[in-house]
Parts: sequence; structure tokens; C-alpha cells
Amino acid sequence: MGRYFLRRLLLTVPLLLGITLISFLVMRLAPGGPTDMATTMNMKASTEARARLVKLYGLDKPLPVQYGLWLSRLARLDFGNSFRDDRPVLPKIGARLPATLALNVLSLLLIFLVAVPLGVWSAVRQNSIFDRSATLFVFIGYSVPTFWLSLLLMIFFGLKLGWLPISGLRSLNYDDLSAGAKGLDLARHLALPVFVSAFTGLAGLSRFTRNGTLEVIRQDYIRTARAKGLSEGRVIFKHALRNALIPVVTILGLSLPDLIGGSFIFETIFAYPGMGRLGFDAVMARDYPVVMAVGTIAALLTLLGNFAADLTYAAVDPRIRFGR
Amino acid sequence: MGRPFRPFVLLPFLLAACGRDPIPEPAWEGAATFHPGDVGDTFVESSLGDASRLNPLLATDSASGDICGYVFNGLVKYDKDLRLVGDLAAAWDIRRGGLEIVFHLRPGVRWHDGVPFTARDVVFTYRVLIDSNVATPFGADFADVKSVEAPDDRTVRVTYAKPFAPALESWGMGIIPEHIFKDGPVNTNPANRRPVGTGPYKFLEWKPDEKIVLGANTDYFEGRPRLDRIVYRIIPDSSVEFLELRNESIDFMGLSPDQAAAYPEFFRHYNKFSYPSFSYTYLAFNLDHPFFADRRVRRALAQAVDRKDIIQGVLLGRGRSATGPFPPSSWAFDASVPEDVYDPEAARALLKSAGWSDTDGDGILDKDGRPFEFTVLTNQGNKMRELTATILQSHFARVGIKMNIRILEWSAFIHNYVDKRNFDALILAWNLSRDPDQYVIWHSSQRGPGKYNFAGYANPAADRLWEEGRQTFDPDRRRDLYHRLHRMLADDRPYLFLYYPESLPVVHRRIHGVQTAPAGIAWNFREWFVPRALQKYRGTAN
Repeated sequence: MGRYFLRRLLLTVPLLLGITLISFLVMRLAPGGPTDMATTMNMKASTEARARLVKLYGLDKPLPVQYGLWLSRLARLDFGNSFRDDRPVLPKIGARLPATLALNVLSLLLIFLVAVPLGVWSAVRQNSIFDRSATLFVFIGYSVPTFWLSLLLMIFFGLKLGWLPISGLRSLNYDDLSAGAKGLDLARHLALPVFVSAFTGLAGLSRFTRNGTLEVIRQDYIRTARAKGLSEGRVIFKHALRNALIPVVTILGLSLPDLIGGSFIFETIFAYPGMGRLGFDAVMARDYPVVMAVGTIAALLTLLGNFAADLTYAAVDPRIRFGR
Repeated sequence: MGRPFRPFVLLPFLLAACGRDPIPEPAWEGAATFHPGDVGDTFVESSLGDASRLNPLLATDSASGDICGYVFNGLVKYDKDLRLVGDLAAAWDIRRGGLEIVFHLRPGVRWHDGVPFTARDVVFTYRVLIDSNVATPFGADFADVKSVEAPDDRTVRVTYAKPFAPALESWGMGIIPEHIFKDGPVNTNPANRRPVGTGPYKFLEWKPDEKIVLGANTDYFEGRPRLDRIVYRIIPDSSVEFLELRNESIDFMGLSPDQAAAYPEFFRHYNKFSYPSFSYTYLAFNLDHPFFADRRVRRALAQAVDRKDIIQGVLLGRGRSATGPFPPSSWAFDASVPEDVYDPEAARALLKSAGWSDTDGDGILDKDGRPFEFTVLTNQGNKMRELTATILQSHFARVGIKMNIRILEWSAFIHNYVDKRNFDALILAWNLSRDPDQYVIWHSSQRGPGKYNFAGYANPAADRLWEEGRQTFDPDRRRDLYHRLHRMLADDRPYLFLYYPESLPVVHRRIHGVQTAPAGIAWNFREWFVPRALQKYRGTAN
């Protein structure tokens, strides 16, 4: 089993390289370049100035050379400097990561807290009014446009009622607040984003839980558990749920990259200083080092997430054994 | 629209134009005059994008430019009537017909860290500007500079290879401190994130993608700014920005025409202002396209467009019909150039004289068997340009011309179409500097790939005028040159000049001292204040 995992781990290296090569090429196929923002349709910027910037950023070198240089820096864990502000990419990512992580961890927690009971209950009461309305509820969340819902909530809770701030992560006077007041301030700013993010993300997990539970409660051992007189609560939550949640472990593993990914639309609407905006702005500005770094980290986490899912899968499901 | 006014007396005209929106009564009667106790409060503004580098030589986005405007000074600046006046320079002499400019610097100015500002900083700034290792796109204005010397601490002597009239304006470039930047590369200097300048506000804090905070420079050489702090919030979505405005969480916003036309109660806590912006929107023809090589066709198209529809439909009335490449608030604008009159009959007649008529009865004009059908390109994400294209399409259809619209992503648009001159016609806008020199847009030498004369305009007479314009320092002669150019371009019509939009800012009512002028409203920002009783943000004084 150890050798299996070692092989899988080693396989992720060429996979990762492939992903970076593809994202490098896709980025370069897009028209334009990082000097566009500064120099196109700007009367004060001459063609000479543009050529100077292109040379300065090493964009005049052949593509394979540029990719090679990028790889050799990556080998030293150096993602290079952003073309936009000449700052090293890693601290730039580091500055955005906590905000995105906080938002995503909170909303993932909320999703779990709501989706798992909702899924189980829907399965137990299959085709009941509850099941049907729960389905409707999660699919409304799934299909409603995020920006529209966000704006409506902002108008209602921010503008009309004045209970919550409209956008941002902190109030302007945040630094002058006491520790408790700081926490409250953050909570008030996070309330709407976490709610919208959780509400729009409920569908997947609640459906998985429902289907998983449905499958399990038809099994013989559940009938056995009932037959030996266990209470319904014990049957469902002790015996059924444990097995029904096995696919959920996979979902957890796969949601690892989402934790740091951040959503552009979301962060833009809430003026939230996170990874999604960093990545999107970098794509729009053709800030290649940032795009490549965000892409590589996301790819790495996806691979690790898959890997972790496999690992835990084996751990929670004793039926899964790996051949030599 | 079309109200008569005398060309050179700009101020009364502009005030009249600005006065279209009756400015509401001040919220606090009798507080219009400033008292020493009124110093304080915070001014919160917002931007769609975060700044990138807080260094005037490297600042290419509008957020970085805004912040640098507060933190740095140039040698010269524009006053409220758009005249160049001294900033870090107290005075200057132009010698040898413009080959030499000598700046006499203001005494006693200090950098925010206390180090005295001297002529050496100016020389250093110039050296950085022309250094090929520095990521600045602003070197072009300084290409003809032969030398910049500092004979003493208070004097800077600039020598030019040939006279360059926009040179004086180019010294409005922010001056950076030598003692901070002299060691190591400029591009990665940490001061690009913690700027040290000479300006009315000092840098305090920058939280990426959240906000930038500036504090009043109490030792500012023109006097302490009255608003204690500026918070520059990053709000990347303009509808959310508008909600924040309605919530009074921001004190300033530049509105789009449709936002400005929203319910009056949205703005009951704000004063609205309007003034003509320094830009124009145009339809550029590809003059090498067989349809548009004929001047009669271009004139006919101009007559076929009802500007009133565009100004109403796109700008909701907040703009005026463009007659040429200079905005009405510029001294280069020739008011005697008439606005186009909508006359589809005349347009049809003119097209007929150019050989275009509907011979096959399909409703579309044709010539030599080729129908008059062309495609207008514009960039994605600019609603106003898309609307303009739609209106043009319907107006051209009335005279039998079929116009198609193609909307393209910005980079693809510029690189695959504009730079390669691979288009029939396109809609774009020019944001102009205060100096009227537009050599790079109109001179025949600027037609190469990636250059700005993408229309392909080549008129030897106009070439000579643009050349003379950038070498003439005498204001009256220079004005005369640009008036002739204005008329010449109105005649030749390399572009269909569409409209001059207005700037539509709103400022929170508690802020007093805001005045419109040809330069806009920000020219006296240092004197804006909030009467003590109305101050909103307390305990933030530094």
C-alpha cells in the first residue's frame, strides 16, 4: 500500500508540470500583454516606451526560454515578481489568503451544518413535502445569480434596515476598536458573504448526502439494526450516516482548492479583498507571474485534495484495499 | 447646446455650463466660511481598482495616479482656469526661443520625512525617467531634453534639442526624492508602496484591495489641508459603489449619466456638480478603406447622424456635440466651427454625388455593384460606446447604409484590429491632456503599427501645423495654429467627432468649499472643509 501511494505521489509531478505548461501557453495565446494597461491608447506612452517595458519584463525572449526561466525559478520556490507592482508574488498571495480562507472555511462549515441534516432528513422522509421543499430550496440557491441575490440583500440589510455593512471586510475605524469590537465588526462584514456563499453552495452536498443515505437505508444491515429493536435515531445516525457520508469525504478532499480559490464575482460584489480578485485582475492585466502562481497553487491543491480523498477513503472504508 | 459664446472668455461660459444643475442650498447655513476649528474629519472616496505603484513615474492606473496627486508635486500645475502656475517651482524663464527652461524652486519645501527638497531631486527624477531599466511609460515627453542641471539647490536648468511647447506641462510630472530612491532599483523600491512626497497629504497606510489612507501634511507649503484624512476605498463594482453612496459611506463619486439621472432622493445628502470633461468620443474611419477615402462620404455620414439622439440616448443630455479634436474648455477650441446639422436629405445628395445610389432597389446604396455595408468595432464593457454604435446604425440605415457592430475584448480589439489597422471604422474616446498637442494622433508620421494615427490621416498642411504647434511658445500664435487645425479637421473629417461628455461628480453635503471651474472641482481640494458641528469621523486626527 505504501508503494502505491508513493507511486501516486510521484505521478503528480509530471501532472503538475503539464498543467503549468498548458496554463502558460493559454495565457500567452490570449491577445495582448502585461504592458497594455500602461501603454495602449495612452497619448503619453510612445511605441518606444512600450518596447522598453516589453524588454524589461523579459517578454522579448522566445516562449520556451521564458517557460524554462519560470520553471527554474519555481524549482527554487520563487514565483517571480508581479508585473503590475514589481512585488514578489508570494507575499501578494499571502496578503489575500487569510480573508479568502476565513470566508470559505466559514461558509463550508455552514454548508456542512445545514446540508448534512437536510440531506439525511430528506432521505428518511423521501418524497414527503419536506423532501420536496428542501429540494426546491437548495436548487433555488444553486440557480440564483450570486450578484443579484447579493445586491438584493445589501439593499435590504445594508441600506433599508441598516443592520449590516454593505461591502468590505472591516469598518474604517477598525484599527481603533477593542479586540471584542473587532471580532463583532468582522462578523458583521462576513455575515452576508458567508450566507450568500453557503446558500448558493448547499445543493451539491445536500444532494450527495440524500442519495448516499437513500442507498444505505435500503441495505440489509440497516434492516437488521431495526429488527434488533434499535431506535430510529440510532439506526440513522449511528449506523446509516457513517456509511452514507463516505462519498462526502471525497467532496471534502475536492473542495480543498476551493478553500483558497475564492470567487471573482463574489469578491467583487462584496469589495472583499481575496484571492478571486487577485487572480482575475491578474488575468485581465496579463500579469503572467501572478496568474501562473495562482494557477499552480490551485492545481497543486487539487492534486493534493484528490490524493487526500483517496487516502481518507481507504481509512474510512475498510472494504477498500489496495492491491500490491 | 449651440448657445453662442465668445471663444476666449472661457470662465463665464463654463460656469454657465456648470450651472445647468441647480446646486442645492448648503446644508449648514452660514457655515460657508471656514473657521480654524473646522479642521478635521475624513474624506472617503472610492475607486473600482486598487493602486499598483505609488510612484508618479510608474503610476499608470487611475488609482495610483489619484493617490500620487495627493502625495507628490510637480514643478508646475494647472490652476482652476487651466493656466500653468508654479507648484514646486516658484517661477520659471523660457530662454532661447524655448531651447532652455530655467525653474526657480520654492524655498523651504521639505519631504514628508523632513529632508529638504532641492534641485538635485529634480535632476534625479529626470534621470530615472530616461533610465531604460525603469518601468515608466512616460519617457516620451522628455525625449528631446538634452540636459537637466542644477547650478544650485534652488535652480534647475533644462536644455532642449529643439523647442517643445508641451515641455512646460511635462514638468507637472511628480518629483520623487533622491535620498529615498538613489540606492537599488527604482522598480522594486519599497517606497513605491510607502511613498514619501512633498504634497498636501502624507501616506499612512495601504491595505491591498481594501483601502489607502492619507493624512494631512500639516507643514504643507501652501498651508495645511483642512480635511484631516483621506480614505481611498477600493469598491470594484460600480453598482455596489452606488449603494455605498446612498448609504453615505462614501463622500465622493463620479457618476455615469444614468446614475446621475436616478431619483433625486438618492442624492439628498450630496451636492451634484457637472462640467465638461477633457475628452471626446469619436467614430474613426479607416481612411484607406475604399468607402471612406472620399471626403464627401465622410461628410455625408456626419450629416446623417442626429447628435441630439446620441446625446439624449447615451448621455441623457449630459454632454454636447463634438466639432473637432479639442474639448470646449480648452483654449485651443475654436467656437466658430459649427456643430453638425442633422440633414439626411443633404447626406443622401452628397452620397449620390460621390457615386452612391440604390440601383438595385434593395434599400442599401451601392456603387460599382458593391453595397455600402461596413462594420464598426468597439470594445467590450463600455455600455455608452455600445449604445452609440446602435444609434449610429439606425441613423445610417435611414440613408441606405448598412452598418454592422462588433464588440471585442479590449486586448484583442487593440492588438488584432486597431494596431494592425484591420477595421472599417471604430468607436473610441480620447482622454486629453490639458496641452492641445495631438501630434501623435494626427501627424502622418504616426501611422505605423501600434501608433495612434490608426485612421491613417495624412494632410501635409495639417502636419506642418502640428509641427509648428509643438514648437511655438507664444500663446496667441499657438492658439491661432490650433484653431486652424480645428477647422481643418472639421473639414477633412478623418473622424466623425461625436460628443464631449460631462463629468458628473457628487460630493457629500457636509463638505464645504467645493467650487466648479474649468479645471473641474478638485483644484481647491486643500480648502474643502467640514464645519465642526457637521464632522462625521472624529478621533481620527493625527
